[in-house]
Amino acid sequence: MTKVLMKGNEALGEAAVRAGCRHFFGYPITPQTEIPEYLVKRLPQVGGVFVQAESEVASINMVMGAAGMGIRCMTSSSSPGISLMAEGVSYIAACELPCVIINMMRAGPGLGGILPAQSDYFQATRGHGHGDYQVIVLAPSSVQEAVDLMTLAFELAETYRNPVMVCADGMIGQMMEPVEFAGEPDALPPNEMGGDDWALGVREGRKRRIVNSLYLSPDELNEHNLKLKAKYDDIAAKETRHELYGPEGDAEGGGGYDLLLVAFGTMARICKTAIDDVRAEGLRAALFRPITLNPFPFADLRRAMDAIEGDGAVFDVEMSMGQMVYDVKLAAEGTRRIEFHGTAGGVVPSPDEVAQKIREILGAAPA
Amino acid sequence: MSKATDVLMAGFGGQGMLLAGKLLAHAAMNDGREVSWLPSYGPEMRGGTANVIVCVSPEPIGSPLITTHAALVVMNLPSLEKFEGRVRPGGVIVVNSSLVERDPARDDCVVVTVNARRVAKEAGSDRAQNLVMLGAYVGASDVIPPASIEKAIENEFSGKKARFVPGSIAAFRAGVEIGRAAAATV
Repeated sequence: MTKVLMKGNEALGEAAVRAGCRHFFGYPITPQTEIPEYLVKRLPQVGGVFVQAESEVASINMVMGAAGMGIRCMTSSSSPGISLMAEGVSYIAACELPCVIINMMRAGPGLGGILPAQSDYFQATRGHGHGDYQVIVLAPSSVQEAVDLMTLAFELAETYRNPVMVCADGMIGQMMEPVEFAGEPDALPPNEMGGDDWALGVREGRKRRIVNSLYLSPDELNEHNLKLKAKYDDIAAKETRHELYGPEGDAEGGGGYDLLLVAFGTMARICKTAIDDVRAEGLRAALFRPITLNPFPFADLRRAMDAIEGDGAVFDVEMSMGQMVYDVKLAAEGTRRIEFHGTAGGVVPSPDEVAQKIREILGAAPA
Repeated sequence: MSKATDVLMAGFGGQGMLLAGKLLAHAAMNDGREVSWLPSYGPEMRGGTANVIVCVSPEPIGSPLITTHAALVVMNLPSLEKFEGRVRPGGVIVVNSSLVERDPARDDCVVVTVNARRVAKEAGSDRAQNLVMLGAYVGASDVIPPASIEKAIENEFSGKKARFVPGSIAAFRAGVEIGRAAAATV
């Protein structure tokens, strides 16, 4: 395997093809347009289908139609476009159909701006559209991880018959980094996604199948919700992923830490550099990085919090006005002091800015 | 040559700074180093700057976004005005004197002034001003062996674009000489 230098958006497109995705429906929006731009060229080369829909609303409903046929498919957009898809995603989740949605987050609210942000955390992790449903949310922090998570996204979508959202930000989409595509092209078998007993298609004498989200009987709809709830509980029990950075494998800093940062995606990388800087000054900080934003790794985070020495604090850093920090507080259950630093509008905190906040919290002198 | 470093390359849109940065990132990756190439993609007024930050390191890159830089390469005055204060002491500043009429105000950096237009023309490739600038940076900073960049140029300009290779490499080499000479006089 050789490394290639690719933009995050293009790498995501290639990763989708390698995962066996042959159907893309989307509508352009900065900062993710290189995904459809890449796929419009790439998909026909592998016998795939690319459709530029007339809107995001159409895109997500095309995804629902294809997924209902048992076809591996995806769409991608950025924040305002993802908002437009909310109704469709609710229907897809209700119908228990698998699909992958990429949100290359940009700054909001409203039309906002085109620069990176993490302010769609609530939207992604709290169900997005109407009704009691959840999507699985994966948050890469490098181009390589974005590629790796695309295969996982399709696997999870098909295992649980549920929408999976890959939630990155404009910086990961626009940045070029070296990537390796693991394994052979077509990491997953194409379009054999367990559609055997539910997907629509030619009946060929079998029993009629219905993909539906309308349940007019309250008891039936209650049953349906209980079934979905059981699925989400199962996902929460099995599929959390995270990274702990700082305490392990760090000969100089030793194993312990007095401050635990929590950040995801691009912000986590910035925190890593800040942690390297302050550890060189003898300050013991570590980072907990959720890779699955939903299911959120509550138990793992709580363990990492319990390992903070003394009455040390937790420091949540986000490119938002404070969204994941609510989950961090839920994990802490009042056992730790939670500090927060956030920016919005496409302003990305620098490592120096984060390092300075760490010094302040730890009562150290400014560098 | 193996320690972590970075450069901010900036100019008007179309002056080729993003491509110059890509060649550097590509070459460093092929030399087995970790790299990141982070372009500005935000709204910018006409005549403003298009810029890219390239990080090169033996270790995985933490934050690709940094606010102070080991080196700065600028094609135009707005870029110099905006970014010269961000270069760390002892860093390298490469300025295109065919468009920038003043010297950088920094006396704690290695300053390389290059008339990119003239040097590129003399090398036989008007369009390769960005590669003159990249060469001057490589020559002054020793960030990567020039041969690695030349290989990246050959990879970048393939097929119909292969005709640009000789002029591009000549322009790049002319830049390297200027960069080396400037660094040697410090």
